[in-house]
Amino acid sequence: METLFFLIITLVAIVSAILVITCKNPINSALSLIMTFFCLATYYVMLDAPFMAAVQVMVYAGAIMVLIVFTIMLLNIRIDASKKHSHKLIFGSIIGFFTLLNIAFVLMRSRAAVPTGPYSGDMIKNIGHTELIGKEMFTNFLLPFEITSILLLVAIVGAVILAKKKI
Amino acid sequence: MGIEILGLPLMYYIAMVAKVLVAFVFVLLTVAYATYAERKIIGHMQVRLGPMRTGWHGLLQPIADGVKLFFKEEIVPAQASKFAFLIAPLIALIPAFITFAVIPFGGVIEVAGYKVPLQIAAYYDTAAGQVYDVNVGVLYILAMSSLGVYGIVLAGWASNSKYSLMGGLRASAQMISYELAAGLCIIAVFMLSGTLSLTKIVELQSGMGGFDWYLFKQPLAAFMFFICSLAEINRTPFDLPEAETELVSGFCTEYSSMKYAMFFMAEYANMVTVSAITVTLFLGGWNGPFTAAMPLLGPVYFIAKVYFLIFVCMWIRATLPRYRYDQLMYLGWKVFIPLALVNIVVTGIIGYFL
Repeated sequence: METLFFLIITLVAIVSAILVITCKNPINSALSLIMTFFCLATYYVMLDAPFMAAVQVMVYAGAIMVLIVFTIMLLNIRIDASKKHSHKLIFGSIIGFFTLLNIAFVLMRSRAAVPTGPYSGDMIKNIGHTELIGKEMFTNFLLPFEITSILLLVAIVGAVILAKKKI
Repeated sequence: MGIEILGLPLMYYIAMVAKVLVAFVFVLLTVAYATYAERKIIGHMQVRLGPMRTGWHGLLQPIADGVKLFFKEEIVPAQASKFAFLIAPLIALIPAFITFAVIPFGGVIEVAGYKVPLQIAAYYDTAAGQVYDVNVGVLYILAMSSLGVYGIVLAGWASNSKYSLMGGLRASAQMISYELAAGLCIIAVFMLSGTLSLTKIVELQSGMGGFDWYLFKQPLAAFMFFICSLAEINRTPFDLPEAETELVSGFCTEYSSMKYAMFFMAEYANMVTVSAITVTLFLGGWNGPFTAAMPLLGPVYFIAKVYFLIFVCMWIRATLPRYRYDQLMYLGWKVFIPLALVNIVVTGIIGYFL
């Protein structure tokens, strides 16, 4: 059942990922990208990480993509169908192939292949994914968390200053 | 027990399909008759009669409207972006409906020896003796409501008309601003419940004859959440994206026939969904007297509470005039968000000392 579901989702993910780069209309590309993000969220659910899935949809599909779609709409990009960039095809495929090899190597050989440490699948199921993330974030990783918050605050203040005509 | 398909009993599949169908048909019927109820209620509030001609007191009006919209001419503007134009009504409608997957509309009932929890995305574990549901239910709701904005943005942009684009931009700016405030209001509920599972949130509100409802513990959050939700789904007094005097019909100006009907349905389905979420988070969900003895009373209470909130929405529409756009933004960013943040801090301090 889960394998079948995984295959269907993967098919959708790959097709929409290909559509992102082949669509002529940038809005349709953005829509395909949203679809890809949605499929990624489904993977998180299948990996027993529902919190990550919800955050993926909320942050990527819900917030960042809205921004991108806005930008595309307001810039009003002309669709240019006549140009074709075939000379980049060879370079692109070479880079893509080596990236794929690299990812495969890392997944097969590194620690990601055999997860170790205190957090086993059973523990996540019993205590809950959200609870574990929260506990780690506010105990062991408190300092990075606070630094990230300050960084975001700086960004917000910067945005306000940029947008305001008179400070 | 019985036949098993892919490791799960046959009853599991039957119950799942039945739950989906019941919830879907319930929302669809409510949407159809909410349009009728709205015209009738506002009519009576303004000392008119409302629809009277089709059927007894106009009871067949939604069906007549549906047939009329179905047979209208389908128009796609020549300069429209075809794909986005066609898919926008669907993107608007789907998030409104799928939110219902995580809302519990009743307790556990027993059908032919198999225990079924009345919530679509949930199952009853006989070994553990409890209901398991989506343990990030509230986040799921927030995620889905953040997708609803695409339908409107795309509709506004794809129509290739000034009114539509302005309506779409207004709608999305409004939805994004009020989503924040609504999310912050929900955080206050998490802090009390300590869980994101909607089944458990409803369970925690079951005691003390209704005084355990989060409405009484978080009155400010409940009030603000309801108002923010109204703004998020573009209902009056926040229906600026469809302000007729300024923008004709906003983002759906260029739409006709069933595609227009889909936006219309999405608006009312959103109203039902928002009412259901407010009931679940603040009004005790399906809890009520005698639900332990008669589990089937749960859905009755749930529907009664949801219909009450829908009535309140219509009441507000009949009473209040529309906000101005700058007032709307002022209310969202400078009133609701600071108030919600203060509410979180106060809840935290009280929760720490109690």
